[in-house]
Amino acid sequence: MEADYAALKRGGFMRQVQKNRFSLRLKVVGGNLTAEQIETVARVARAFGKGYVHLTSRQGVEIPFIRLEDVNAVQEALRAGGVDTGVCGPRVRTVTACQGASVCPSGCIETSALAMEISARYYGRSLPHKFKFGVTGCQNNCLKAEENDVGVKGAYIVRWIKEDCTLCGVCLKACRENALSERDGEIVLDAARCTYCGRCAKSCPTGAWRGESAYLLSFGGMFGNRIAKGRAVLPAFAEKERLFRVTDAALDFFDANAREGERFRAAIERGGWSLFENKVTEAYNGEI
Amino acid sequence: MEKYENLPAADAALDITDAVCPITFVRAKAALEEMEAGAVLALRMNDGEPVQNVPRSVKEEGHRILKLADNEDGTYTLFVRKVEEA
Repeated sequence: MEADYAALKRGGFMRQVQKNRFSLRLKVVGGNLTAEQIETVARVARAFGKGYVHLTSRQGVEIPFIRLEDVNAVQEALRAGGVDTGVCGPRVRTVTACQGASVCPSGCIETSALAMEISARYYGRSLPHKFKFGVTGCQNNCLKAEENDVGVKGAYIVRWIKEDCTLCGVCLKACRENALSERDGEIVLDAARCTYCGRCAKSCPTGAWRGESAYLLSFGGMFGNRIAKGRAVLPAFAEKERLFRVTDAALDFFDANAREGERFRAAIERGGWSLFENKVTEAYNGEI
Repeated sequence: MEKYENLPAADAALDITDAVCPITFVRAKAALEEMEAGAVLALRMNDGEPVQNVPRSVKEEGHRILKLADNEDGTYTLFVRKVEEA
């Protein structure tokens, strides 16, 4: 019987150099696995693989050396242990994330929860080519948001509260962009310099900087055969509904405008950035 | 002007201008541990990374920052009131 390699690949079974052996990609969201899931993976790797796993470049886990005849048994064993198989091919791939605000002191947004939501909404969706989401909690950008087709970066939209400020001077130096200055007993924010990093709010001893969690999106990043940095074409914003309006529009744009086998970036460039910007700006404004 | 007046009175002083991160903060933390609750430490540090990061780390330890004074010689002095953990 001839194996349906396309179907296997879609289900995360990556064909190896060795005949009838597959490296099985697992579903991992935001780089988190429970202890129970890790135990399941270890058991399956021992029983059906070669007793090891490979950690992929995008927080994924693969179990190499699965035999073709074991595919069904492996899937069952994984599912019983709370582990889903991954996807490959022209569709939405693993949603990556740093640990974000629930763990990291630098985090401006809850990245793990957002990665789960993005994954629930889009993971495995068929598109003209592969499509990657990455979520990073702050400007430190540990998760390299701009390498992804859509990058989400946590930000703070900050506001200074005069009554709470003691003019201690900490924020003036905490800001790496020299966006803050003190003038006549007031702290002045140069909005053109602000990168929404939130360091003023994080360092303020008296809570005089209020930081509202926000998203900064980038589009069209890739880091494979061709390397291109995702571009931010929208301002930072706080609303999650707006985030999903924009990402829906971006994926719909890709689906409608890309040729088969064309990456998101290439599709944007062929149509022109302004066409794409108009689409996501409409979604940003709630016009579609 | 105002910079050299109105500075908090310090009970202890520590100079960390000869250290780099994270030793800057480690030494500040150790100095604060030696002090009585409510006492004020004058912590002298370099411009650049120390002054960007040490105040925030001290805050995250739960101490009260009173003032960051520019010494206008490439160093800053952070005045910190020790807060005992609840």
